[in-house]
Amino acid sequence: MSTISTTQPLTSADAADRPRSGNWDGGNEPLKASYGKLMMWFFLLSDAFTFAAFLTTYGLIRHRYPAFDAAAGKAFEFTTAYWPIPDKVFNAFPGLHGMDVPLGFVALMTMILIFSSVTMVLAVEAGHRMDKKDVQKWLLWTILFGATFLASQAWEWSHFIKGTETGTKMLDGTTVYGANLAVNQYGPVLFADLFFFITGFHGTHVFSGVCLLVWSFIATTNGTFEKRGHYEMVEKIGLYWHFVDLVWVFVFTFFYLV
Amino acid sequence: MANHVGTEHTTHTGEIPKPNTGWIWKTFFILVGITALEFVFVFLMDPSTLRNSIFIILTIFKAFYIVAEFMHLKHEVKALIWTILVPMALLVWLLIALITEGSYQNSFWNVFN
Repeated sequence: MSTISTTQPLTSADAADRPRSGNWDGGNEPLKASYGKLMMWFFLLSDAFTFAAFLTTYGLIRHRYPAFDAAAGKAFEFTTAYWPIPDKVFNAFPGLHGMDVPLGFVALMTMILIFSSVTMVLAVEAGHRMDKKDVQKWLLWTILFGATFLASQAWEWSHFIKGTETGTKMLDGTTVYGANLAVNQYGPVLFADLFFFITGFHGTHVFSGVCLLVWSFIATTNGTFEKRGHYEMVEKIGLYWHFVDLVWVFVFTFFYLV
Repeated sequence: MANHVGTEHTTHTGEIPKPNTGWIWKTFFILVGITALEFVFVFLMDPSTLRNSIFIILTIFKAFYIVAEFMHLKHEVKALIWTILVPMALLVWLLIALITEGSYQNSFWNVFN
């Protein structure tokens, strides 16, 4: 180790010995984000890989099955011979029994989740202003919308499991109502399996998110974050919550629209 | 738009600054608008590769607004933005590879069944 003398001109050897102070030389934060936020980002990155694996599996299996061909002249029906059209499967709406509302309920669920994302950003924004009352208010709204989404999904699942009134006559002559992991009245069994796994895994994320939100609401109310001097925890939970909304955007497209 | 977040809002006088939420609602209306547009395509257009491409492009737009604005990634340093985005290229590759694989297996559908 050499000490740098101010009376001598710097040689290149001196310059090499000096501790380096560049962005990536240690001792600072090159990504300008706190440890907690970075770790949340990396967790979400890994979670994105998990969800992408699910959706890619859906793409693979769907392309393996024949698609319904409208030009062949036969009307669409539930059959294991081809992949079902989503707006023929998801066309029920609570309270509108027997009516054909293609994708209506999913549209509502999508709006609820987008809106919960908005109330979440509003909570984060209130946190930046150290406005405890506003943080509480917007967290409560987010919890409400999150819980509503979960309830909607529960309805969607129970309807999907119960099936239509007429059921579907299978090739072996039996009539199947609804779907589970082993039988499916709407089409190939794998369609139901993927529905349960993909929307179920997403729903589990929403549920965890609601738990985190309830916890952060309690902590906000107790003044934990105010004492700490910042609401970064709300921001980190916000990142997670937006990610859940983001995943739904993709599930919505690849499961219900395409 | 760039200065809508940050610790500069924090005051030590106990006074709470006014909320700055215009950008949040703007993003919200963009997301709602794109979703509405998707439904227009669901009902006014027959299923086709073109329609699916439109859906995927609109989805990427929505994802951009959620990640850039709501998750604030647009306002982070470049290194963080690329750290998150570059691994996603692997997923695009995986998706294209496995969908191609699925279509290939489909071409033997009658052989398998």
